Amino acid sequence: MRLMTADGLTLGHGTTPVLRDVDFHIDRGEIVTLVGPNGSGKSTLVKGLIGAIRPIKGRVDQVRGLRIGYVPQSLQMDGFLPLTVSRFLCLPHRHSSDAMARALQEAGVPDLAKRQMRDLSGGQFQRVLLARALLMEPDILILDEATQGLDQPGAAAFYRQIADVRDQLGCAVLMVSHDLHVVMAASDRVLCLNGHVCCQGTPDVVQDAPEYRALFGTGTQGAFALYRHQHDHHHHHHDQDHGHDHEDA
Amino acid sequence: MLDDFLVRAGLAGVGTALAAAPLGCFVVWRRMAYFGDATAHAALLGVALSLAFQGPIMIGVLATALIMATLVQSLSGRGLAEDTLLGVMAHAALAVGLVAVSLLSGVRVDLMSYLFGDILAVSKTDLALIWTGAAAVVGLILWRWQRLLTATLNPDLAQASGISAKTEQLVLTVALAVTVAVAIKVVGALLIGALLVIPPAVARPLARTPEVMALLTAGIGSLSALGGLGAAYQFDTPTGPTIVCVAAGLFIITTLFGARTLR
Repeated sequence: MRLMTADGLTLGHGTTPVLRDVDFHIDRGEIVTLVGPNGSGKSTLVKGLIGAIRPIKGRVDQVRGLRIGYVPQSLQMDGFLPLTVSRFLCLPHRHSSDAMARALQEAGVPDLAKRQMRDLSGGQFQRVLLARALLMEPDILILDEATQGLDQPGAAAFYRQIADVRDQLGCAVLMVSHDLHVVMAASDRVLCLNGHVCCQGTPDVVQDAPEYRALFGTGTQGAFALYRHQHDHHHHHHDQDHGHDHEDA
Repeated sequence: MLDDFLVRAGLAGVGTALAAAPLGCFVVWRRMAYFGDATAHAALLGVALSLAFQGPIMIGVLATALIMATLVQSLSGRGLAEDTLLGVMAHAALAVGLVAVSLLSGVRVDLMSYLFGDILAVSKTDLALIWTGAAAVVGLILWRWQRLLTATLNPDLAQASGISAKTEQLVLTVALAVTVAVAIKVVGALLIGALLVIPPAVARPLARTPEVMALLTAGIGSLSALGGLGAAYQFDTPTGPTIVCVAAGLFIITTLFGARTLR
């Protein structure tokens, strides 16, 4: 089932386009990844798709009553707003404590419900964000560089969790990522952006596309090929165990 | 009972504190302290305009506060650093208001009472207006509570759940304008900002959830208002500033001791 469609979407800040003429769609059960260099319009596209910015041109269509589980890049928790994990999970819709416990379990962070949000480590924080998104019973899960601040094994564990969640809920997943090697292996389809869609397809197709090579091939000095082999080893890590708790003053 | 000016003053103070409590929490959570100041300072211009056109003061204050808040919002994000912009607006609004009051010919204006409030001169009509305004502000914020909190956390997070961050910002702007109109008689244009920011700052170290913080803020604000009123009566000091002094004293206490005991 098609959940979201964008036709000829041009997005930008004010009237300056950052991203031009994007045609995009995502179906139930699909994992689609957006890659591209900094400033290529990845986050802009996500914001356009969730309706946080108005298109300069083109349109976005969502299926009626589409439930979006959104995991942002990061949240600023500067400590002014006192917020326990369970209170956070109840924004904007309240849930039973059973449902919250289940979601935290699914996200891989049980037993955090009573903690303050600002006392969480980076890995715990991202997983709580994921738990909140899961509580919305999403038709589509949108992750905007959700592994920022996690180390590589942590990020890999996080993405495995996402794949599990997709298998359980059957929802679509749209991800933005810098972790090319990890993310591409887990994706059904990859869109490579650089101010426009420069290439798209299955991970293998994109990886061999000259446009993609031009963007990433030389930049990583061929290291990308190595990463793909590395991924064959099955690392098993739970990043929340070695997350660094912030020392709050 | 309402014939006693001290009772009226107490009720006015508590009403203002209740209106300021949930709004003040959002001012602190969203780092809008200067925004509150700019809006409050614009109130003086509203006073001048009301006097010039012989309209009701509260309407003039409400209108200028709304215009100011909208103006600040539409100017923000246009290149100037936010705090610089708000600093310019807050002080410019105050200066323009002072000049405007001085230009009023033929009207004798007790400037001090608008700058620092005149809670002891609150009439029954004022009292009715204050409590109506306070009820409106608290009702508005309670109605939007979940949405406001979500939008405060992150605008995109809110948008993904179908909540418009812009709409919620507008809700706060309206609430702020009403609060300023309500509070000008009680603490005056200069100290409204203090009434918004200090009670939530007192409550912060004692709270673990937003709701507890808002309730504590209401209590602390009311306590400051009544304590300040009592102290001002006792020591014959100006009431508005005394209320703020009591709140500031409470701030020192909870900041020094509150955080430690809760850890």
